[in-house]
Amino acid sequence: MKSGLFAFLFAMWGLIIFGGGILVMILGPIELDWLIASVIKAVIALALVVIWILILSKIKNWIFKK
Amino acid sequence: MIDLLIPSIVSCIVAFVVVFVMTPPLIKILEKRNFAVKDMNKKEEVMVVRPGGPAIIAGIIASEIVLYVFLQMNEILAILITTFAAFLIGYVDDRKVMGGWFKPVALAVSAIPIIVLGVYDSNLAFPLFGEVQIPALYLALIIFMIPITGNTINSIDVLNGVASGFMVIASFSLSICLFIVQNYEIAIVSLPLGFVSLAFYKYHKIPSKIFPGDSGALTLGAMYGAIAIVGGVEILAAVALLPAVINSFLFLSSVKRVVEHRQIKGKPVEHTDDFRLKATNDKKAPVTLVRLILAGGPMTEKQVGFAIFKLAIFSGVLAVVTAFMMGVSF
Repeated sequence: MKSGLFAFLFAMWGLIIFGGGILVMILGPIELDWLIASVIKAVIALALVVIWILILSKIKNWIFKK
Repeated sequence: MIDLLIPSIVSCIVAFVVVFVMTPPLIKILEKRNFAVKDMNKKEEVMVVRPGGPAIIAGIIASEIVLYVFLQMNEILAILITTFAAFLIGYVDDRKVMGGWFKPVALAVSAIPIIVLGVYDSNLAFPLFGEVQIPALYLALIIFMIPITGNTINSIDVLNGVASGFMVIASFSLSICLFIVQNYEIAIVSLPLGFVSLAFYKYHKIPSKIFPGDSGALTLGAMYGAIAIVGGVEILAAVALLPAVINSFLFLSSVKRVVEHRQIKGKPVEHTDDFRLKATNDKKAPVTLVRLILAGGPMTEKQVGFAIFKLAIFSGVLAVVTAFMMGVSF
């Protein structure tokens, strides 16, 4: 059981690093200009966080499959 | 670097001694006033006093004032004000039961001094991939960070000694990370958090003589979050805190709403005849870190606590590895 928790910790760590990497690669290249850029960044970041949580839920259900 | 040695040593000693000396009289005062709750995981009728928050905040204030005298940094003021605000929020909740949304919203407000004093860098740094500029989004991150770290530590405070013991491991891991990324001043500012937690653990470890209460847990969590923001090590702090984050994630994903533990009807943990802990079979009960640890079979409270500490050490090591990766880029 505890090995499952260590695996889940490790998976979260990997997701943080590579999820962060994707965030940097997508957001990196991006008064009104500043505002538009900020809104675009916020929307993309929020979408990535939602995807991150969904992936994490899948991993959780897979490792701790009741 | 060498000129930071004396303030560092003095503040760490002050942090440890203040909490170590203040907690026994605080226990006596709380016993006199009958501020005690039943320890639910003991076979006998054991009453434990709470909250230990006043001793914890006293240690933090004393040690950070010592550091401020030496270093005169706005960062210390921001951490102190945010932490003290979190203590007050927790103390209100200790004295009067507040709704599920009170703490997250109030803790979000307590993050405002960090923004007002401008002691943050809006570039979010990731290992291997570098930084990303998110000036507007970062303000939202600050507002969310303090409620997340505060409530995360509060939600792991379910067994004797776990919250303070976990904070000892997580905060010293964060301090090591700050030294690795060469943010020496904030590393020194962060050290008292570990020593305060260590001194309090002496009285909080199994069998507990005092519980930290919301005021203690929120104080520790909020200070941890404030250090992460001010030190620019948000990602490293999240990694070091992963077991507690997992606990909150499991809880929220199973109950699907922001709610206080006391409002949940199904209990995730039950007791065997010899009063060991075992995972419940109640389908409606929330999934928590402790419940998953117990899925392998019944364990004593002490064994579960040490299992959580092992996870904390593992994530602390991951945080240190990540800190070394901060200087590396593709």
